[in-house]
Amino acid sequence: MLQLDDVTVRFGATTAVDDVSLSLPEGHVLAVLGPSGCGKSTLLRAVAGLERLDAGAVRWDGRDLRGVPTHERGFALMFQDGQLFAHASVADNIGYALRLRRVGAAERRRRVDELLELVGLPGYGARRPATLSGGEQQRVALARSLAADPGLLLLDEPLSALDRSLRERLAGDLREILVTTGTTAVLVTHDHDEAFTIADRMAVMLASRVVQEGTTAEVWRAPATREVAEFIGFETFLTGAAAGTVAGPDQQVDAAAPPGPPQQTAASARTDGRVLALRRAALRVDPSGRLEGVVRRAVAVSDAVHLTVDVDGVGEVAALGDDPGVHLEGRRVRLALEARGTAYLPG
Amino acid sequence: MALPTQAQARHTRAPGRGAAYLSGPGVALGLAALVPLAFLAVFFLLPVGGMLARGFLPEGRLDLSGVPEVLGRARTLRVLWFTLWSSLAGTVLTLVLGLPVAFALYRLRFPGRGLLRAIVVMPFVLPTVVVGVMFRSLLSSGGPLGSLGWDGTWVPILLAFVFFNLAVVVRTVGGMWEGLDRRAEESAAALGADPWQVWRTVTLPALAPAVVSAATLVFLFCSTAFGVVLTLGGLRYGTVETEIYLLTTQFLDLRGAAVLSVLQLVAVVLMLALAARARRATEGTRRRVGARAAARRPRRHDIPALAVTALAVGFVLLPVGSLVVRSLRRGGRWTLENYRALTDPDSTPVLRVSVVEAVENSLRTAVDATVLAMVLGLIVAVVVSRRPRAAGWRRVVAGLDGAFMLPLGISAVTVGFGFLITLDRPPLDLRTSPVLVPVAQAMVALPLVVRTLTPVLRSIDPRQREAAAALGAPPWRAAWTAEGPVLARPVLAATGFAFAVSLGEFGATAFLARPDRPTVPVVIYQLISRPGAEHLGMALAASVVLAVVTVTVMAVVERLRVGSVGTF
Repeated sequence: MLQLDDVTVRFGATTAVDDVSLSLPEGHVLAVLGPSGCGKSTLLRAVAGLERLDAGAVRWDGRDLRGVPTHERGFALMFQDGQLFAHASVADNIGYALRLRRVGAAERRRRVDELLELVGLPGYGARRPATLSGGEQQRVALARSLAADPGLLLLDEPLSALDRSLRERLAGDLREILVTTGTTAVLVTHDHDEAFTIADRMAVMLASRVVQEGTTAEVWRAPATREVAEFIGFETFLTGAAAGTVAGPDQQVDAAAPPGPPQQTAASARTDGRVLALRRAALRVDPSGRLEGVVRRAVAVSDAVHLTVDVDGVGEVAALGDDPGVHLEGRRVRLALEARGTAYLPG
Repeated sequence: MALPTQAQARHTRAPGRGAAYLSGPGVALGLAALVPLAFLAVFFLLPVGGMLARGFLPEGRLDLSGVPEVLGRARTLRVLWFTLWSSLAGTVLTLVLGLPVAFALYRLRFPGRGLLRAIVVMPFVLPTVVVGVMFRSLLSSGGPLGSLGWDGTWVPILLAFVFFNLAVVVRTVGGMWEGLDRRAEESAAALGADPWQVWRTVTLPALAPAVVSAATLVFLFCSTAFGVVLTLGGLRYGTVETEIYLLTTQFLDLRGAAVLSVLQLVAVVLMLALAARARRATEGTRRRVGARAAARRPRRHDIPALAVTALAVGFVLLPVGSLVVRSLRRGGRWTLENYRALTDPDSTPVLRVSVVEAVENSLRTAVDATVLAMVLGLIVAVVVSRRPRAAGWRRVVAGLDGAFMLPLGISAVTVGFGFLITLDRPPLDLRTSPVLVPVAQAMVALPLVVRTLTPVLRSIDPRQREAAAALGAPPWRAAWTAEGPVLARPVLAATGFAFAVSLGEFGATAFLARPDRPTVPVVIYQLISRPGAEHLGMALAASVVLAVVTVTVMAVVERLRVGSVGTF
C-alpha cells in the first residue's frame, strides 16, 4: 500500500508538487494524469526517492520512506525513453537487478527468458539495445523493471515516445502484463486514453495539485471540475437554458456516475446553475435526432467527421458525423444525444 | 540574485528535509573532491602565491611600485609588443591555412583522408622543444631552406606557431563542420543563394562558435608559448613567458617576473572566459549528423581547398623530414653517429647522463605524472559533471570546474619556479625530491584530462544512473553501470594525451629536473644551446626519438577515435 501524505516538492521559488495526498492499495494501477509541466513526473521521482520532499511523507506499507535511498526502496522505475544500458545486451539489461542480488547465472537466464516471453520478445536476449525499435526498447525496459520483482512499479510516460498505433497496442499489452503479474504500479501520463487503458485508479493533476482522485470509471463519468473535464476529453460546456435544451425533456443525461448529480429533471438542470459537459461523441448526426442546427465546420478524421454545429437555441457544440464522404459544411443537420459522454459539473 | 540564493541555502539546512538519501553519495563525492583540491592548493596555489608574494611583498608589506616600473621598461614593452603581434599574426595565419584544410578533411570524402588528418594533427602533440629543433634544422645554415636567411629572425617563430596550432583549427572547426546539417545549406541554395551567399549566410554563422573558440585557443597557445620561442628566438625575440624565465633565472628579478606573471594570468583568464563562452555556444548548436551522410566527393570547385591542404601537409612534413634527414647526417655524410652518441654518457661534457638515461627518466616521470593526473582528473571530472539541485552547490561545482582550468592560465615557468621557492622548507622540503617533476607535469596535464573527460560524463543522461538505482544498484554501482562503459575509451585517450604532454613538458621541468636526472626535452635544450655540429646532431637525434615515442602514443590514442582530445 502506497500512501502519500501532503507531499510537497519545490525547485527554488516554484512549487512542482503542492501538498499531494494519495493512496494506492496493493495490486492496483494508478494513473497520474496531467498536462506536461503539471508536476506529475516530479511526484513520481519523489516516490522513487530521486527528489527530496520539502514537506509531507511517502509511506510504503505504513513505513515512512524518508531517508531510504532509491536503491533500497525495492521499487522499479521505467522512463519514457527506456534508458537501457547501451553497452549491455538485452539479456544483461533485463538481468541487471538479478545480478545485483547475486542470482546465479542459470536462474538468471531462466528468468530473463521468461520475461522476454512475457513482453513478447522471445529470442532477443543477445541483441544490443541500439538494434531494437522504440517499441521493442520499451518492452525490454518493462521486462528489466519487472525482473526486479518490484513492490511498486513506477512508469514515467512509458509509451509517449512511440507512434500512435504502437502506443495503443502496447498500452493493451502493458495492462495485461500488469494484471497477470499482479504488479502494483503508478503510471504517469498526459494521454487520457493511455491512462484509461492501463490503470484502474486515477489521479488528475493540474498545476502541481491533485484535483481529482478515484477509479478511472468515476473520473471518466464525473469529472470534478471543468479543467478536469477538458483534460479528459469533454469539449462542449453548457449552462442554463442551453443545457436544458440539450439535455431534453426526457432527461437523457448520464446520471449513473456516483459522485455526480442525483436523478434530476431537465428543468432543475436549467435552474440550479450547474454545467452540462459533453464529449464530442455524445452528439451524433442522426436524421431522427431531437436537436437541429447548421454545420459551421467539418474536419474529416480517419473514420468519422468532427463537426462544429450551431444548434438552434444552444450555440456551437462539438459533434460527430460518421460519413467523411458527405460535404456537410453549411448544411442543416439533426443531432441525437447519447447519455454516455455527458456529465454535470458543479457550476 | 544573492537574496534568493541565501534563502535557498537556509532552506537546504532547514530541519525536516529528507536529505539523507542524497547527501550520502553527495558527502562521499565532496570528500573525494578534497583530494584534488588539496593537490591544487599545495602544488599550484601555494607555489604561484609564493612566487607572487616574492614579487609584491618583498618585506612583508604590499609593494606595488614595481608594476609601473616594470611595465615602463623599454624591454618589457618590446616583449609585450612582440607577444601581442606575433600571437595575432600566428592566429590569423593558422586560421587562413586551417579553414580550407578543415573543409577538405572533414567535409570531403577521398582516399587517404585519414592519413592526411593524422599528419595535420601530429604537430600538436610534438614536444615544443622538438618543434623548435625542427625549424632550426630546416632554416639554419646547412638546412634545406638555410639559404633564405630566416634563421634567427622572427619568421621561424611564426612558422612554428602555425605548424603547432594547425591541428587546433582543423580539429575544432572540422569537427563542427562535419556535424553540420547539410540541409540548411541546401535549403538556402534552393531559395536562390549562390555558393558565396550560402557560405556567408549559413555556413559561416553556424561555424562561428567553433572558429572563435579555435582562434582563442590558438592565440592562447601562441602568447604563452615557451619551448618554441626559447629555442628559436634566442635572446633577440622573447614573449612574456620566456621573459619570465629570463628574469627569474638570469637576472634574478623576481619582482619583474611576478608582475609579468600576473599580467599574463589576467590576460589568459580573460581569453579562457571567452573560449568558454564560445564553447558553450558550440555545445548548444551542435547537431550531429552521420559523418558519412555529410561528407561528399570532391568536385571541381573544391580544387583550391585541396591545393591548400596539400600545401599544409607539405608544410607539416617538410620540417619533420628535415629533422629526420639531418639527424642522419654529420660532416656531409650519412651516418648513425648522432644516434650512437645518445647511448654514450661521455659523448659530450654538456650532459651528465646519456640521452638513453634521459629517455628512461622521461618515461618514468611521464608514467608517474600520468597516473597522478588521471586519478585526480577522474575525480574532478566526476564531481564537476554532477548537477546538484541547490543553486548554491551548482555554483560551487562550477567554481571547481574553473579552478582546475587555472594551470592552463599560469605560466608553467611560474609554477616551476614557485615550486622551488615555496616547497623548500619543512614540512614540505621537496627541492631534491624526485616527486617534484611528475607533480609539476601532472599539474600541466590535469586541465587537459578534465577537459577531455568532463564533456563525456556530462553527455550521459543522469537518468541512466537513476534507472540503475531504481533497480536496486547502490550509488557507486549505478555510476559504474551508467558511466563506466562510456568512459572507457575517453579514459584511455586522456591517458595517452596526459602521457604525451608530460613527455614533452618543458617550462616547469626546466626548473625542477635535477641535473643528474634530466628529461629528454631538457637534454635537447641543453644540447642546442651549445655550439658545435655534434651537439646539434645529438639534439636532432634525440628529438627524433622523443617525437617517435610521443607520436606512437598518440597514434594509439587516435586509433580509438576519440574526437574530444585536443579540443577543449
